[in-house]
Amino acid sequence: MNAIPPRTGHALAPGATVRILKQPPEAHCRTPYYLRGAKGEIAEVRGLFRDPSLLAFHKPGLPMRILYRVKFKQVDVWPNYAGSKNDTVVADIYEHWIEAIAGETK
Amino acid sequence: MSGSHHHDHHDGHHHDHGKPHSHPHSPPAPDDDDGYDRYEVLLQTAIRELLDEKGIISAEDLHRQIDYQDSLTPAIGGKIVAKAWTEPDFKKKLLADPLKAINESFELDITTPLDLVVLENTPQVHNVVVCTLCSCYPRMLLGIPPAWYKSLDYRSRVVNEPRKVLAEFGTVLPDDVEVRVSDSTADLRFLVLPNRPAGTDGMTQVQLAALVSRDSMIGTAVVPAPKK
Repeated sequence: MNAIPPRTGHALAPGATVRILKQPPEAHCRTPYYLRGAKGEIAEVRGLFRDPSLLAFHKPGLPMRILYRVKFKQVDVWPNYAGSKNDTVVADIYEHWIEAIAGETK
Repeated sequence: MSGSHHHDHHDGHHHDHGKPHSHPHSPPAPDDDDGYDRYEVLLQTAIRELLDEKGIISAEDLHRQIDYQDSLTPAIGGKIVAKAWTEPDFKKKLLADPLKAINESFELDITTPLDLVVLENTPQVHNVVVCTLCSCYPRMLLGIPPAWYKSLDYRSRVVNEPRKVLAEFGTVLPDDVEVRVSDSTADLRFLVLPNRPAGTDGMTQVQLAALVSRDSMIGTAVVPAPKK
């Protein structure tokens, strides 16, 4: 819950450029397939939550994981995206699915 | 809900209720009389009866929860939106800490282990919500989700071709508006705060709340200006 502050020093800052890992999913994986490998940007740090992939098996869900809202440009997710280049998708992704990558200079 | 084995038959036939009940536990779930003997239904019944027999979740608890879920409607969300449109202080609190603001202002006692997030539409950004993985939905504010929200069609297409899906709901947005799809993948639940339509100056919160559709709080619709 967001009552518990994120672990200072570990949290990626909003605006950081990230990539979602392409790794084998856990049994109760909350990272959707279509975003694995996609490049995005940290939109928001939501705090620490118990790990749902462990909670699903009646484990305590520890260590707790930082949950981020990660924003993706639709054109970066779907090669043939037919909408506007302004369109985005934002998903809630746990820290262990995210790697920081070098950002573009804006 | 009392524990008095109330059977809600909707198929017109009646059992003999004059004699004592032969199975003294677990009144049936609403769909039991449909005659399904599918595996999932049998499994569900077996678990439900076990939970009752072991005193973990009584049949009465279960039905009280069903009644509670049924009592939640999008009208609650509409009141929240109308208040946010008319009271800047409330809107600020709502965006910062939605559950606290809602509980305080509406004297509710909504508790949830989930985090509630209010997504504010602006002239530049239109939010729409989906759960591609299952059917996560802000039930505490909008009640039970519509069937289409849980459909594979909506869940798979709205992240991939949102404008096409929105158009099927009658919502066509200009290209310079960012369509922002929020995929409710984890522990957050989303309520869209739609744009207040033109032509609503001077309307009361009750009048405004009546304009706010469920779909506008999911993001598949906008709130249209009231008809003159």
